[in-house]
Amino acid sequence: MLRDAWLVAGKDLRIEVRSKVALGQVAPFAFVVVLLFGLALGPAVGRGSVLSAAAPGLFWVAVLLATVLAVQRSFAVEAADGAADGLRLSGLDPAGVFLGKAAAVAGQLLVLELFLAAAVSLVYDRHLSALVVLAASCVTATIGLVAAGVLYGVVSMGARQRETLLPLLFFPLVAPILLGATKLWGEALAGAPGRGSGWLELLGAFAVAYCAIGVVAFGPLLEEA
Amino acid sequence: MSPGAGPGGGRGTAVLRVLGLLGLVGVVATVWLGLWVTPPDRFMGNLVRLLYLHPAIAWVMYIAYGIAFLSSLLYLWPRTRALAWDRLAGASSEVGVVFTGLTLVTGSIWGRPTWGVWWTWDPLLTTTALLFVLYLGYLAVRQIPGEREARARRSAIAALVAFVDVPIVYFSVLWWRSLHQPPTVDDPVTGKTYVHGSMAWTLLLSFVALTLVYAWLLAHRYRLAALADLEEGEGLELAIAERRAEAGGVPARGEEPAGADLVGAAAGVPDPGARGPGAGR
Repeated sequence: MLRDAWLVAGKDLRIEVRSKVALGQVAPFAFVVVLLFGLALGPAVGRGSVLSAAAPGLFWVAVLLATVLAVQRSFAVEAADGAADGLRLSGLDPAGVFLGKAAAVAGQLLVLELFLAAAVSLVYDRHLSALVVLAASCVTATIGLVAAGVLYGVVSMGARQRETLLPLLFFPLVAPILLGATKLWGEALAGAPGRGSGWLELLGAFAVAYCAIGVVAFGPLLEEA
Repeated sequence: MSPGAGPGGGRGTAVLRVLGLLGLVGVVATVWLGLWVTPPDRFMGNLVRLLYLHPAIAWVMYIAYGIAFLSSLLYLWPRTRALAWDRLAGASSEVGVVFTGLTLVTGSIWGRPTWGVWWTWDPLLTTTALLFVLYLGYLAVRQIPGEREARARRSAIAALVAFVDVPIVYFSVLWWRSLHQPPTVDDPVTGKTYVHGSMAWTLLLSFVALTLVYAWLLAHRYRLAALADLEEGEGLELAIAERRAEAGGVPARGEEPAGADLVGAAAGVPDPGARGPGAGR
């Protein structure tokens, strides 16, 4: 299963490296979102301003929006040239395909989050502190996000209106991640990380639950999508 | 497969009609008792009359999602796999979504005069709002085209995915709120209002009446889903029969309508036009 996951992740990441869609479109899109929030809530920056106070939440909303694009991209790749049929007939373990696609999207998102955090810090004038907590919440939240995203990505793959369906399915589902990750970031940036402990565990529980569902349910969903 | 498999006529069975009638009588009685017979509350005044509507609607919402979840599980379980469970899950969550919308609307109408706001980020309210969009998404998944069994399995998995999220959403919103301030909104049923006498009876009646309405809506939605499945299956046979009649040449032409009627009658689907009014009832 893990070997299959490795293969699929490698394939997806190679496609991204060669096509540069994630780099050329998804990442700039996330940055545009950051700018839009600035236009909507600015122009004041610095301590006490709306932008600075809202920075953790804005960062995570931007990540959520980018996740939808990345997941859509991940399945658009399979839609072209009957690639999905190839994947079905390849004999790869469906659980491995799920983990591989999720890992590829997660890898892209984590890199994106790194740059996005820097952008938020600069543009909203918010100093980043407690980097370990920030990183831990990024990793845990991202695993949950991509597990739910890839699961719903394959559900909506067969739909004609998949571009509109995926966000409708995805955003309400990951509302707990938005809450948890924003809280963790808010506490960390306020210089009091870990006070509201339990959030990291909640993010972890979400990630585990949806990875488990994905491993079990991806096979039947892929077959019929 | 039970009720819907052999739909008799356009409007369902006598049992269904009695069920609908009972629901109607119950609702009318609740309205009469709630608006005229019961006294106004000492603190809430006439606003208390929403007590006979809002909790019962929310109650139906829980039942509807519970049944949708259980029937999705029963569909996924290989031993009990039957399309009937899929139809039941679809019918129940459809009714559930309607009642979630009503819960939000009636709650908001109640909240404005009692709390002073249309909306508050109370855990229960926030969870209900997210539940509404989660299950709207589930209904959208049900519409994705595909083979009948494939659709059913996909829908059942989607129902499971959504249902697992509900407790996580609830707890996350609870924590999210409690870090700021403790929830300020007491439960109107148990916290603020002492229910007794005619009020208690009216409250109870409202639960019974709306549950009957739910059962009636559910049965009709189930019946329509069964009819739609039947039409999907029989429609193909009908088309094949027509095509054969055509291929039979000119002499067979006279038989064509008769043959089509026969298939239509066997399917119990009167004609496509009759489905419209049926859906409204």
